[in-house]
Amino acid sequence: HLATSLPLPSERDHLRPRIDLVVFMIDIKSKYSLKNVETSLAHVDASFFLGKACFLVTGVGRVNACSIEMNAVCKLGETYCSPVLFCELELEGIRASTAQRLVRMLAICAGHIPGVSALSFVSLMRKSGDD
Amino acid sequence: EKADPQKTAFLLRKAWTLYSVTPLYGFRRARLRDYARLLGAFIAAEKQKGLAVEVGVELDIKVALSSLADIRGSELDQAALLVQLSSRSRGSSRNSEDKPVWWGWFCSVFGDDLSENVPEHFTCLPLFLSHGAESYTALVGSWFQKTFDCSFRRLAISPLNLSWMVAMWAGCKLDRAASAVELVFSVPRLAQPLDISYAIHPEDAKALWDTVQKTPGEITQEEVDVFMDCLYAHFHRHFKIHLSAAKLVKISTAVASAHCDGIVKILHSQYLPGVLMLLTELAISQIQ
Repeated sequence: HLATSLPLPSERDHLRPRIDLVVFMIDIKSKYSLKNVETSLAHVDASFFLGKACFLVTGVGRVNACSIEMNAVCKLGETYCSPVLFCELELEGIRASTAQRLVRMLAICAGHIPGVSALSFVSLMRKSGDD
Repeated sequence: EKADPQKTAFLLRKAWTLYSVTPLYGFRRARLRDYARLLGAFIAAEKQKGLAVEVGVELDIKVALSSLADIRGSELDQAALLVQLSSRSRGSSRNSEDKPVWWGWFCSVFGDDLSENVPEHFTCLPLFLSHGAESYTALVGSWFQKTFDCSFRRLAISPLNLSWMVAMWAGCKLDRAASAVELVFSVPRLAQPLDISYAIHPEDAKALWDTVQKTPGEITQEEVDVFMDCLYAHFHRHFKIHLSAAKLVKISTAVASAHCDGIVKILHSQYLPGVLMLLTELAISQIQ
């Protein structure tokens, strides 16, 4: 399901299937997309940040078109304990492999992979010095 | 370091195309005259080969290389190097004046990040600026690349860096009446390309920057973000357009103007070192 911002309209709540993974898309060329994601984050239930949310930064092939400071994005990932993935949608190969990666994450979040749960992502996010 | 305004006047108000240049190997400041002669011969030879630069015009190109001792940041920087191409049409008398047709200069203003890590025999002048026909730039560039084993790359300026420039330069104190602060955005993904030009009264822009900047002489990314967000919010209030979703392609202030394709114009001699310092930094980060 694609949405340009959150919260999702409440009228369709009863028709919507369970949401297993939220991918926040940030376009490196658009400051607005970062602001939009920042405001949308406030509308997401905290339980999603136990491995059921991630950030996808697109357009990274174009370093010269960068409108966003990378530190800000990485800090966002740290603050929300969620992985930050980078990709370039305009390259077919990367687009396909990113999609495969997201589907794999989704399968884990939906509980389809025995022995691995979304919480595994959270422990992968912790830096080795933390414990 | 204040550059002599007389000598550097020719640098102002010209549109310079920017390049980053890797360190030059075996460059000797004492041999400038030799280099000028060799470059002149190279250009003449290329023209003989039929790589005509000016179609239908018989021109002799004279090359002059000189040092611009005042253009550097610290003693650790190399003095800037100027290459000037002048034409003298063959038909005219010996007393006729040479007409400058192309300028290119190499410089480094506080380029310590690069020069401190470089081995012996290398000269660091990471920023190159050219003005004049692209064909001459290509000739001069290829001669330097062959002779000093360096490489030139066009220096693009990202929207992020452009926003730093507009915030910094809009906040500069100027004695004369300043021209408007202008930002030009290009709107992506439309059937017909659309450019939006946003002009702000220079006093308003400076007043805004003064409320944002906390420590004079220091600028942080947060301060630049707040400055830009205020401009975006103001525009959105009036026109319901999110400029933050568009691509910032050009900025213009009374100090200098810059285009994302890597073209700058410096308008004010007082801020020449500051502008060059920023551009040197961009050139170095492209090299590294």
